[in-house]
Amino acid sequence: MSENMTAEIADHSSAHPTTGERDGANRKASSIEMQGLHKRFGRDTVALDGVDLNIRAGEFFTLLGPSGCGKTTLLRILAGLEEPEAGSLVVGGKNITEVPPHQRSVNTVFQSYALFPHLSVRENLAFGLKMRGMKTAERQAKVDEIAEFIKLGDLVDRHVDQLSGGQRQRIALARALICEPDVLLLDEPLSALDAGLRSQLQVELLRVQKRLGMTFVFVTHDQQEAMVMSDRIAVLNGGTIQQVGTPDEVYEHPVNAFVAHFMGHDNLFAISAAEDDWVDTELGRLRLDPAEQRDAQDGWLLIRPETLELDGEIPEGYNRLQGTVAERLYRGSRIEYRLTVNGRSLMAVASNLGQRMHNIGDRVTISVCPEDLVRVAA
Amino acid sequence: MLQSSPMAWRRRAVVSETRHLLFSVAPGAVWIFIFLVLPSAYLMGVAFMTNGPYGLPQMPLSLASFERLAGFGFLGWSPGNLYTLLRSLWQTLVSTALVVIIAYPVAYYITTCREKWRPILLLLVVVPSWTNQVIRAFGWMNLLAPGTPLSDLADALGLIGPHMGLYPSNFAVTLGLVYNFLPFMVLPLYAAFEKLDTAQVEAAQDLYANPIRAFWHAVFPQTLPGLLAGTVLVAIPAFGMYVIPELLGGGKGMMLGNLVANQFAESSNWPLGAAGAILMLIATFIGLFAMRRIGKRLGGGEEVVI
Repeated sequence: MSENMTAEIADHSSAHPTTGERDGANRKASSIEMQGLHKRFGRDTVALDGVDLNIRAGEFFTLLGPSGCGKTTLLRILAGLEEPEAGSLVVGGKNITEVPPHQRSVNTVFQSYALFPHLSVRENLAFGLKMRGMKTAERQAKVDEIAEFIKLGDLVDRHVDQLSGGQRQRIALARALICEPDVLLLDEPLSALDAGLRSQLQVELLRVQKRLGMTFVFVTHDQQEAMVMSDRIAVLNGGTIQQVGTPDEVYEHPVNAFVAHFMGHDNLFAISAAEDDWVDTELGRLRLDPAEQRDAQDGWLLIRPETLELDGEIPEGYNRLQGTVAERLYRGSRIEYRLTVNGRSLMAVASNLGQRMHNIGDRVTISVCPEDLVRVAA
Repeated sequence: MLQSSPMAWRRRAVVSETRHLLFSVAPGAVWIFIFLVLPSAYLMGVAFMTNGPYGLPQMPLSLASFERLAGFGFLGWSPGNLYTLLRSLWQTLVSTALVVIIAYPVAYYITTCREKWRPILLLLVVVPSWTNQVIRAFGWMNLLAPGTPLSDLADALGLIGPHMGLYPSNFAVTLGLVYNFLPFMVLPLYAAFEKLDTAQVEAAQDLYANPIRAFWHAVFPQTLPGLLAGTVLVAIPAFGMYVIPELLGGGKGMMLGNLVANQFAESSNWPLGAAGAILMLIATFIGLFAMRRIGKRLGGGEEVVI
């Protein structure tokens, strides 16, 4: 079933280039401003602890964080399904903090899809339009239009329980998009799908968002997904925003150890002493770009595995370390090495360009450019 | 020899499977035959026989019982039996509707309570039905009889004639039926509410449904299977109810069950009683069929009634 689905979507996205009557430019999109949002569940559980966030019009914005970080609560506040205890929410210049969900021009793609099982796919798609009082003929035309746009094909005439997970996901997306909301919210919409289908739908979602130019707020706990999809990412933890930035900013310059860990970095080393252009870590003394200096004495040094070179030519001024290969993981396009330096574990990744592979136990010279080293707050 | 042996083995397997099936199904089949098929056939037979001098069925076969049931007696046509049928239908309809109106919020309320309280609240709903029906009917008689506070209040409000009392009356029968069958509606509705998919309700709100429409489009369809199951559990026994109209209804509160019972007892007319029982059976089947159709339409083509 899912293989079929994958093939079908792959076919759609290649056979139909992104041309169509809808165009991002002539479509309204809304910005979102959140200020001081607080939310508690029960007496002790703090879900949001003062969130200030601005999302630009037409942006693909991702709320990223581990479970329980408050990302879903924030999304539900945007949808109006949850009321904040304090703070304000402005969408498209209008304060909608107190507006009930059915009066907000905001639609949601739910994690469980939440399709109505007693209705046909067509009725599901037309639901929002019907609730807004659109006439039947007009509704049908809209359903046909969205079915064409999302390439639903004959799915429209099926019953909900005849659909696979991927198909349900696309119906849920179409059901929200058909209402042409100011903002579309997506609550981990791809988390229930298998890997292949997931990446196909990521591409499709991006295509839809770029074509419509609609503001998308996407929730996920998968940092890879967040980086692929987003214009900007907000990383949340413990109900507060840790960092907001483009995917490369967040990945390459995480502001603290939490963000660094969450973005998948392993090579974090405690800084024991620092001067203008060097730091002492467990690995030894390393030179870094003076511009990278932070005020705080304590903190972490982040070394991205892909910036390390093993046994290569070492230009003037580069850091040089000695280590042994403890583990080698062959991943096809790249090779990962776990090295031991001064008794510490250090990950390195080399693109597989046909060079000689290092064997376990080999002594290697590791070099890294000072500009690639990043200081991270605790 | 070599070729035939797998065939023989297969045949033996089929035989043993058939025998196994026979043994496992037989007790149930015998039970159903003795306690359902035979009595039903007997009832059918009796309904088409003539009433004998002591109320016992006799030959020849005739349609006399059905004619009497339709109201044609020695003195020409009288609407008595028709009224009884209509009263049964009306009492069933009204009491089922009232049961739904009361049980729906009660079942919902219980699901909103803390988890540890729910079994206790459900128990409170069920416990009254552990007492014998007759005793509970007598209880209502004491509460509703002339001169009791409730009757005096109704009297003072001008709802009933002076010194009439709320019992015996059709009202007392309705009250008795509602009271008696309430748990049978609360339980299936509670089960439906407990597994309610709240995401659907949120989706409806998100798609511009105000609270009332969100209820109607996202909550109600989800509780429909429970509602219809409850309706079957309430309406069918209520339609055939004997004890409550007998005790609370008085002469003018008779229902079909009392009509049938009377023919087998005081009136000593078994064929007429049997004909009445068949009428009840047919009416019940029509009701069930209608419920299935309604369930199928509202449930989007899905089977929602047993």
